[in-house]
Amino acid sequence: MTAPFQNAKLHDCRDAFTAALEELAAADGNIVAVCNDSVGSSKLTGFRDKFPERLINVGIAEQNMVGVGAGLANGGKIPFVCAASPFLTGRALEQIKADVAYSQTNVKLVGISSGMAYGELGPTHHSIEDFAWVRALPHVPVIAPADRIETDAVIRWAATYQGGCFLRLSRVGVPDLLPEGHVFELGRANVLCEGSDVTIIANGVLSHRAVTAAAVLEGQGISARVLNMATVRPIDQDAILSAARDTGAILTCEEHTTFGGLGSAVAEVIVDHHPVPMTRLGVPGVFAHTASAEQLLDDFGMSPQAIADSAVALMGRKG
Amino acid sequence: MDTHDLRLLANRIRRRDLQAVYEAGAGHIGGEMSVTDLLTALYFHTMKVDPAAPLDPNRDRLILSKGHTALALYVVLSEKGFLPKEEIATFLQHNSRLNGHPNRVKVPGVETNTGPLGHGLPVGVGMAKAAKLDGADWRTFVITGDGEMQEGSNWEAIMAAAHFGLDNLTLIIDHNRLQQGARLEDTNNLAPLPPKLAAFGWTVLEIDGHDMDQITAALSADNIASGKPTCIVAHTNKGHGISFMSDNVAWHHKVPNEAQYKQAMQELENAQ
Repeated sequence: MTAPFQNAKLHDCRDAFTAALEELAAADGNIVAVCNDSVGSSKLTGFRDKFPERLINVGIAEQNMVGVGAGLANGGKIPFVCAASPFLTGRALEQIKADVAYSQTNVKLVGISSGMAYGELGPTHHSIEDFAWVRALPHVPVIAPADRIETDAVIRWAATYQGGCFLRLSRVGVPDLLPEGHVFELGRANVLCEGSDVTIIANGVLSHRAVTAAAVLEGQGISARVLNMATVRPIDQDAILSAARDTGAILTCEEHTTFGGLGSAVAEVIVDHHPVPMTRLGVPGVFAHTASAEQLLDDFGMSPQAIADSAVALMGRKG
Repeated sequence: MDTHDLRLLANRIRRRDLQAVYEAGAGHIGGEMSVTDLLTALYFHTMKVDPAAPLDPNRDRLILSKGHTALALYVVLSEKGFLPKEEIATFLQHNSRLNGHPNRVKVPGVETNTGPLGHGLPVGVGMAKAAKLDGADWRTFVITGDGEMQEGSNWEAIMAAAHFGLDNLTLIIDHNRLQQGARLEDTNNLAPLPPKLAAFGWTVLEIDGHDMDQITAALSADNIASGKPTCIVAHTNKGHGISFMSDNVAWHHKVPNEAQYKQAMQELENAQ
């Protein structure tokens, strides 16, 4: 296997999000969208045109936006509250805690352009803390789909799930990874590549890079398992422990700070139940320098080649 | 319930609140005494709520955004039948569902979990918007403290409520002029509140928040101006009904000693 996505078409997962949302909203009049002036960046223009009364734009006011979402849920609506992820999670974190998590309301938080999708706009617009912030809260599953197919599946799941959740979407183009018709299961990772020497766990825009890294490793005679772990909370303990037992080493990759995100969640399971060597790739606790979204991932050691190199180094630590 | 009976009931609620604060050794008695008449009028005169169907989709909604005065709400809910009256004795006890701030998951009749200030009004805007989307006629009421209006999230919600034309939303500001540490005017003085709300496009009423005739009249749907949310600025006294607590900043969350408790209870009994 070499260069698996060389000629693959890249998709903006926001398109899959809004296509699914519009389809669901056509069938269920209780589905509403709430946003903070982000009609365009959340790709909600189609929704607005089809369901103008159900697009609730509160203006640039994220605290109110999340509170309004909770109130709409109290009134029987199924609100998808959409905003750029740094502002949704950062500005309105206490509303997410009190009005959504603690109040256990049926609010679907959709963080758009998460991670470092805004690239050169800089760290104010990066959302590389959102896994950690939201993962600390009970009652709010944290999910980062990897491609348009998984995004579509996650939106359909969210619409029927009774409770709040945080869906972390990107705007960076990604190739298809999961099979058409994929059904999302909360807290269940997907095996993208089988392997026995090392396991790479990723989600979001990192999953396809992890698959490419596995191809690089295959060229070196190394069999790497790749898990697409969209759900960061509740984490798939079974898949992690199987990987630990079967491959003896785990490498995590995430478009997030290494403080408290996917790698931390995986490490918590490993430390508690089956310690094996681990390496956690991500943004190493710094505010990013100026670069494009893809360049930043490369610069922070998450090009497919660098991921493969980290996997080789990690394997050297196996007992 | 007529206003005479509402006054008697509010007096009984104050006494139960006082007793619970004294027995628990904690509470926010000052703000509870200032908000009691408003809560009593809402639950026993104005709002359509049914303890037998606390989640009826067509119920009116009340959010006590000043969630630290949860005990007053608990006592009102127990009088209304949402909770057993004897459960008030568990306030703040180990594993009681009646902690210092109301929890909708545990306590029937509570609509959203409050405690951090500035949360209730945005949620109320969402509720009122939901009713509008459904063409339903239930109303949403939010009670905030006056100090709480220093939270910027309230003003985000005030803008949105006016923009959305939420005439089914009523904000009641418990304007007792005191916040936790000092007088409002010595902290960050928002008074006068009415012109500020009016400037944002709200209908504003000013009342004596301890006068049942004025409270019930202000809460009437007759005051609603089509397309505009309503704000009732209720002039109240922190610690109202208890002479040494009234309008005294020391009694935000102070607990009376035995002599103070007896005096306070006697004053409330004499006021029946």
